[in-house]
Amino acid sequence: MSENSTSENSHPKKRVDGWAAPVSRLNADSVPGDVTNINVTGRHITTALQGFGQMWQKTYRIRFEGAHPDPREVVRVWKEEFPSFWPKGNYFYSKGGPMQPGDVAVLNLSGPGGINAPGGKPLISTGILVVYADDDSFSFVTPEGHILAGMNTFSAYEENGAVYAQVQALIRASDPLYEILFRLGLGNKMEDDFWMETIKNLATRFGANGTRTLTRVCVDSGVQWSKAKNIWHNAAIRTTLHHIASPVRWVLRKVGGK
Amino acid sequence: MNQTQVKIPVRKASASACVLDIHGEINSAAEPVLMEAYNQACAAGSRFVLINFTDLEYMNSSGIGLLVTLLIRARRQGQKLMAFGLNEHYSQIFELTRLNEAILIFDSEADALKAIA
Repeated sequence: MSENSTSENSHPKKRVDGWAAPVSRLNADSVPGDVTNINVTGRHITTALQGFGQMWQKTYRIRFEGAHPDPREVVRVWKEEFPSFWPKGNYFYSKGGPMQPGDVAVLNLSGPGGINAPGGKPLISTGILVVYADDDSFSFVTPEGHILAGMNTFSAYEENGAVYAQVQALIRASDPLYEILFRLGLGNKMEDDFWMETIKNLATRFGANGTRTLTRVCVDSGVQWSKAKNIWHNAAIRTTLHHIASPVRWVLRKVGGK
Repeated sequence: MNQTQVKIPVRKASASACVLDIHGEINSAAEPVLMEAYNQACAAGSRFVLINFTDLEYMNSSGIGLLVTLLIRARRQGQKLMAFGLNEHYSQIFELTRLNEAILIFDSEADALKAIA
């Protein structure tokens, strides 16, 4: 049989390993105590293999115009200032510093159109685990209960004299409820708006405008019915229940003298 | 884009199995090479696709993404994806990314072929 190869360029640099150490369950106890942190600690991580819905590969890309930063500088700044590029109303809590392999972060997210729970509380509290980071890219995976089961990879590169930054997501909706949101278009809109605005803000940070593109490829059109039980961990449901129960917790704290 | 050097020769290991011998790095730039190797294994009518990682030099997170995509394609075709030759480090990466729950992993090619037989 024949041999397949590619050798676009030699790669003289020594590769520094960028992988996190294996973890069986996540621990987000190091994030500040005043955030809604209920759906991360104790959860397993998930990739697209553990999700329920159709599997998609989405690539959000921006071509920098008006500036030509070193792609590695773009990745360095992206790792260092990651949440600052997010759309307003979404919060990222970690131990601080640049994204590093093994970092666990708690996310407090708003819903479609930036809606929050009463009192300005997040609609969804979830998290991420940084599984990989090097000079050229970094990736995170999601915990059980997150809207999407999968991996997002963030990178920057130069092609035909232009600098590009991109987010590539390999994902499935985690459970049937989230899948319905995606089939209705709400989930896709929420996710697409989020990352398209993020890459625009990243380019702006470097004084660039940019042409943005989104490509979607359906990798698997089927759903994994064996994963329907993932709904048990649904972070949106659990966050809502957490908010509803907050007066009860307040009373119990008073009664308990805490 | 990422640049890579990878060669993936394909060989028939049994009537129903092909081996993809990875030599080099698996990152996003390896996609056309890996998919072409897989297509050759399909064309040979393989029910089992064995990936040999013995000469893997490096794999980043995009490489793991490629394996996930390959796994889904293989499932659609009714094929089984198997791996052997993973060193301790990449065995841990498979554990971290939970690929070990979806791809059958063996110490050696002989062990994999024995399981098929």
